[in-house]
Amino acid sequence: MTIKSEPFVVNVGPQHPSTHGVFRLRLTLDGEKIIDADMVMGYLHRSMEKLAEERTYTQNIPFTDRTDYVASMTGNLAYVMAVEKLMGIEVPERAQFLRTIMAELQRIASHSMALGIFANDCGAWQTPVMHMFRDREKILDLFEMACGARLTLNYMRIGGVSRDIPDEWIPQAQKLMEDLPKRFAEYEDLLLHNEIIVARARGVGVLTPEQAMAHSVSGPMLRGSGVAWDVRKADPYAAYDKIDFDIAVGTNGDVYDRFVVRLAEMRQSLHIIEQALEVMPGGPVHERLGTATVQPGGQSIAPLAFRPPVGEAYARIESPRGELGYYIVSDGGPSPFRFHIRAPSFINLTPLKLMAIGATVADAIVILGSVDFVVGEVDR
Amino acid sequence: MTTHVTGIEIAHLIDGQFPDAVQDAQPEFAAVKPESLVQVLTWLRDDSDQAYEFLSSLTGVDRIQWFEVAYHLESIKHNRAATIKVRAGDRENPVVPSAVPVWPGAQLQEREAYDLLGIVFEGNPDLRRIFLWDGFAGFPLRKDYLNLPGGQMPGLERFPGEPGVELSGRGTE
Repeated sequence: MTIKSEPFVVNVGPQHPSTHGVFRLRLTLDGEKIIDADMVMGYLHRSMEKLAEERTYTQNIPFTDRTDYVASMTGNLAYVMAVEKLMGIEVPERAQFLRTIMAELQRIASHSMALGIFANDCGAWQTPVMHMFRDREKILDLFEMACGARLTLNYMRIGGVSRDIPDEWIPQAQKLMEDLPKRFAEYEDLLLHNEIIVARARGVGVLTPEQAMAHSVSGPMLRGSGVAWDVRKADPYAAYDKIDFDIAVGTNGDVYDRFVVRLAEMRQSLHIIEQALEVMPGGPVHERLGTATVQPGGQSIAPLAFRPPVGEAYARIESPRGELGYYIVSDGGPSPFRFHIRAPSFINLTPLKLMAIGATVADAIVILGSVDFVVGEVDR
Repeated sequence: MTTHVTGIEIAHLIDGQFPDAVQDAQPEFAAVKPESLVQVLTWLRDDSDQAYEFLSSLTGVDRIQWFEVAYHLESIKHNRAATIKVRAGDRENPVVPSAVPVWPGAQLQEREAYDLLGIVFEGNPDLRRIFLWDGFAGFPLRKDYLNLPGGQMPGLERFPGEPGVELSGRGTE
């Protein structure tokens, strides 16, 4: 005999630590089993796409910091690449390498945070996060040396990067590269071979490769399901075509595999940075664009206003969360006619209902953590 | 390296399969008539030579004369990318067919386009506002949003200009 209880609605969020921001989940339960899940978003909606239509192309770069504020380097990169594609600008090689290095440092920082918060969701309250934040702090120090900011970096420019790295940057980065493998081994011990985490994450929130592709899931979630699709490999941008690295792929498509993929990607990022630091050429870091001026310190000022030709461009990159795309339509004016962000955090939430139905409330928290979404990018 | 299939090429392929389905072809995209959209998208997904199994992005654009929805498609199998568009000419009630039956990944993105641009996706199983609340007046990403008669949102008619000053900008043309 099965006992059927009255459906019961549980509201998770908008103020709840497991929602990683202001995001609300309405779960309908039958006993402890989830029978329906509805996402309520928009608490952090800042209408960025409308605001961007009123500002010049250069003025829009700081907006891209504030979409995915945990990985603002990649937001910058995708946006400037879309404008460069629209205008047909070639970027100097040193700038390409700097972009690659910064994007990979950002990936390590962002994945460390994802892993720490995941342990948090599993019940290891705050201690793992602080472990992960040690490395993240050091990466933020490197960003601070390069551009003066730690979170909202505003480092990329249309045609290059804002300034060259100082002389002491490379030794400090190399020292960090030497320290990190030891740390990564520590995390693997701490997380992947942890009995509690294995029990909480194995076989939970499974997406088959077909389901993942049909639901437009990208990034570590897609690769965790066993699809070897990485924009860095498939459609190389910046300097990724000159660098040797592997795509980390999972097999089961569950929460556990997504984190295995993230840990493996952190090791690959390290490998990419080491190679890039070795072969990075000298030279300018900014293409001179119209009336652009280069200051004595090497800092270049992009012209505030320029007019790309009429047309449209869609550029995409592999951000820590997945495929981050910018779609820009130009009417020949000084600001975009349409500015759209293909936000991986937002689109990766599409199969949440599919993953959550049949699971328990405790599983739903872990599944939500495995999506690794940033609410700033979900709501924009 | 991803092969970016031009709109002209993809338009020829679609034309060979579905005569009369293509409305316009530009180097960046191919525009398809709304009535044949779902057929064309299903064929692009299922045909083994096309195999666009991944809908990268779906978004709407207000072109003033018409609304359009852009589908950025990717074939993971062949490492190819293509752009398909569909147009809705009626400004009062723009309707296009939903792509959710073809790619479930379109669900949230169609809700976003409905919320911000007011494009109705016929056949979407759950078309509700997503970022803005129910009862929000108007669709903010439309180019005429700030010209709502009398200003449907309190105070909105004074933004960004001062009271009594004519608004300028593309939205007002």
